[in-house]
Amino acid sequence: MDSALIPKGAKRCPFPVFATGIAVVGAVLLWGVYAMGLCWLKGLNQTNMNDYYGFALWIWADLAVIAIGGGAFFTGLLKYVFGIDELKNIINLAVVIGFICYSSALLILAIDIGQPLRGWFIFWHANVHSMLTEVAFCLSLYFSVLTIEFIPLILENRQIDKVPFFHNLSHNMHSVMAVFAATGAFLSCFHQGSLGGVAGVLYGRPFAYREGLLVWPWTFFLFTWSAAAYGPCFTLTVTKLFEGITRKKLVKDNVVHILAKISGWMITTYIIAKIIDTIYWAFVTAPDMGFSLIDFYSNNSFYGIWILFAEIVLGGIVPAVILTVKKYRENNKLLLVAILLGVFGVCLNRWVMVLQVMAVPVMSFDTWALYVPSWQEIATTILPVAYGVILISLAYRYLPVFPQEQELYDAK
Amino acid sequence: MFPFSFEWAWDAGHYLFFGGMWYTIIILSLGMTFCVVKTIVDTASGKGGHHGDDDAHHGTCCSNKGNNGHH
Amino acid sequence: MTQDNHGKAYKFGMVIDLDKCTGCGSCMVACMSENNVPFKEDETNKKDSITWMKVFKLTNGKPFPDTDICYMPRPCMHCGGKGDHGHSPCVSVCPATATDYGYDTGIVSQIYTRCFGCRYCMGACPYHARYFNWWDPKWPDGMEEYLSPSVSPRMRGVVEKCSFCYHRYQAARDRAYHEERRDNIEEGEYQTACTQACPAGAITFGDLNNPEHEVSKLVKPDTHQCGKPRNPKAFRLLERLQTNPKVYYISEREWVRKAGDNYRDGEWEKSK
Ligand code: SF4
Ligand code: SF4
Repeated sequence: MDSALIPKGAKRCPFPVFATGIAVVGAVLLWGVYAMGLCWLKGLNQTNMNDYYGFALWIWADLAVIAIGGGAFFTGLLKYVFGIDELKNIINLAVVIGFICYSSALLILAIDIGQPLRGWFIFWHANVHSMLTEVAFCLSLYFSVLTIEFIPLILENRQIDKVPFFHNLSHNMHSVMAVFAATGAFLSCFHQGSLGGVAGVLYGRPFAYREGLLVWPWTFFLFTWSAAAYGPCFTLTVTKLFEGITRKKLVKDNVVHILAKISGWMITTYIIAKIIDTIYWAFVTAPDMGFSLIDFYSNNSFYGIWILFAEIVLGGIVPAVILTVKKYRENNKLLLVAILLGVFGVCLNRWVMVLQVMAVPVMSFDTWALYVPSWQEIATTILPVAYGVILISLAYRYLPVFPQEQELYDAK
Repeated sequence: MFPFSFEWAWDAGHYLFFGGMWYTIIILSLGMTFCVVKTIVDTASGKGGHHGDDDAHHGTCCSNKGNNGHH
Repeated sequence: MTQDNHGKAYKFGMVIDLDKCTGCGSCMVACMSENNVPFKEDETNKKDSITWMKVFKLTNGKPFPDTDICYMPRPCMHCGGKGDHGHSPCVSVCPATATDYGYDTGIVSQIYTRCFGCRYCMGACPYHARYFNWWDPKWPDGMEEYLSPSVSPRMRGVVEKCSFCYHRYQAARDRAYHEERRDNIEEGEYQTACTQACPAGAITFGDLNNPEHEVSKLVKPDTHQCGKPRNPKAFRLLERLQTNPKVYYISEREWVRKAGDNYRDGEWEKSK
C-alpha cells in the first residue's frame, strides 16, 4: 500500500500491521493529549503538586529525556568534529532520537508553566543570571539545530529525493553539517550544563547546592559530562530494541562497539568526578550548612541511602567496567546489561537532582515532602513516549535511518 | 532580550549571554541561507535532475554525503 | 523627584518575639484580608493553601511535663542573599526577572503580571514563603466589595508571597513627598498589617539601617556580618545558609534558638 515510500529494497511489515501498531500507541497519545488539555484549560490544580513540592514528575522526565537525548550532540561531535567516520552508520538514529527527546522536552516545559501564554517572557524579559534562562535559550536553539540535522534525512525519503530541489538541498546540507554539528555541541554543553546548574545554584537547598567554577556549580559540568557519556547508551539501547523487534541486524558490531567503548570511557571519567563531587559535598559543603550526609537519606519512607548506591554503583561503576573492558563489551548480553544500566543511572541521577531536592526538608522543624503524581501528570509524562514511538516508527519505515541495513540483509 | 526591555543592563553578563545567542543565531541562519541559495543555483543549473527512477540513484552524485552511508 | 532619605537606602525588617507569640493567628488573618489573598472552599490541605504569613508550631519534643511549644510566624524573609548583595535565593533564579530586589528598601518584590509560573523560585526558597495560585481566585458573593483597592488580586498560574505590605510603603512615601519631607518616612508611618494586628505585640517592624528604630535596637544587626544579630537571644532562620533574612526572631529559650537552624551532633554546644 505504501511501498512506494519505503526505502528501496528494505523489508517492512505489511501496512495494516504497521497501522494497527500506530493506532494502539496513538490511543495512548490521545490519552496524554487529553491530560495535557486539562492542564492547560483547568490549570496545574490537575496535578498533585503543592507549595512544598513544586516540581512535578514530568520535570524529571524533561531532564531525563534531555540527558538520554544527549547521544545526538555527542555522536555528532565525534563524527563531524573528531572525524570518527564509522559513526555515520548510527548518527541518523541518534539525530531522530535527539529530535524526539528535545521536542518532548519543550512540550513538557510548555505544560509545566502556570501561564503557558506567557512562556515567551523567559526570552523577552530574560534574567541572564538564571540557569533556567540559559536552559530555555540553549534548548530552543539546539532544537533548531536538531531540526536542521533531521531535515536531510527526511529529504532522503525515496519519493522526496526524486525532486531535484530536495535532492540538492539534502546534499548541500550534508556538506555543511559539520558547522551545524559543532554549533549543536556548543549549545548542548551549555544547556545540559545549565540544567545541572538549575539544582546546583540553589544555596537555600543544601541537598542540591554545590560550589563551582565562576558562575557554574560543579553540577553544571557533571550534567554535560554525563549526558555525553550516557546519551550513546540510549542510542545503543534503541538500536538493540529495533533489532529485537524487527529481528534483523541493522548496525554492524564494530560501529556498536566503538560507540560503546567511547561511552564506557566517558562514564568512567564521569563517575570518578561524580564520586569526588559527592565526597566533597558530603564532607565539606553540606556540613557547613549543618547537615550530615545521612540526614538526606533518613526519616522518610522512600529516599534511603540505596538511591546513592544505585546511582553510583549500579548506574555508574558497573556499566563503566563492562563498557571499557573489551571482552565484556563484545559479549552481547553484558553489553545490553551495561547500556540499560547506563540509561537507568543517568535517569536516576536526574531524579535525584530534581525530585529529591524538593523532598528533603531544610528547616529543622520541617518534614519530608513526598508526593504521588496524579493520573494527569502520569499521562502527560507518557505522552512524549507515545509520540516518540510513533515518530521513530515512521522514520524507520519511510526513511533510510540505518544505512547498513541493506548490506547486512544481503550478507545474511 | 533586547536593550529596550527595562531589565536590560550593559554589563558583562548581558554581553556574554546575548553575544553567544546572536552569534549562534547568525551561524545557523547563514548556514541555512547558504544551503538554500546553493540549492537554488544547483537546481537551476540542472543538477540532481536525473532521478527519474529509483535505481539510477545510489552512488551517482552523492558520494560525499556525510551520513547516509552509500560509500 | 529624588529619593534621598538622607542619602541612605532603607532596609526594612521585622523582629518577632517568639516568647510573646501565643499562636493566635491574628497576623495570618490580617495579612490575608490586607493583601486580598485568595482561599479555597476547603482549606484542609495546608500544602496548597496560600498563607503569606504562616504560623508554624514547634515543640521541644520532650514528654510531659517538660513539653514546650513555640509558635513561629513566618512571612517572606526578604533575604539579602549571599553577602547581602540582593541576590536572594529566589531573585537570582527567576528566569523572567519577575521577582526583584529593591535596593532602596531591601524588599523582594513579586511582579504578578510578569511571572509565568515556572515555580523555580519556590524550589529556591528554603522557607516555603512562596505560594502558587493553583486555582483561579474566587471570593464568595459580595466579598469582592471588601477587597483592598491598593493590592491587585493575582491570577491563576502565578506565584505570590509576602510583600511587607509594600502598598503601605508606597502610601507612606507619597505622603512624605506631599508633605515635602522627600522620602523621609517616620517609623510609625509604615507598618505592616501583621505587626499592627498582633494582640501580643510580638512583631516589630522598621528600618534596620536606622539605629533609632525599634527593630535595630532589639537585635543590633551587625553590618559587617550582613546583618547578623548581635543580641545573643536573637537569631535568623537558617542563618548558616547565608540567605541573610531581614526577619529576626527573639527567644529566651535555648531550644527555640537551636531550632532556628541545622546543627550536626555537638555543633550547637560548640557554637554557644
Ligand atoms: S524568604 Fe524565600 S521568597 Fe522570601 S526573599 Fe527569601 S528566598 Fe525569597
Ligand atoms: S514562578 Fe514566576 S517569579 Fe518564580 S521563578 Fe518562575 S517566573 Fe519567576
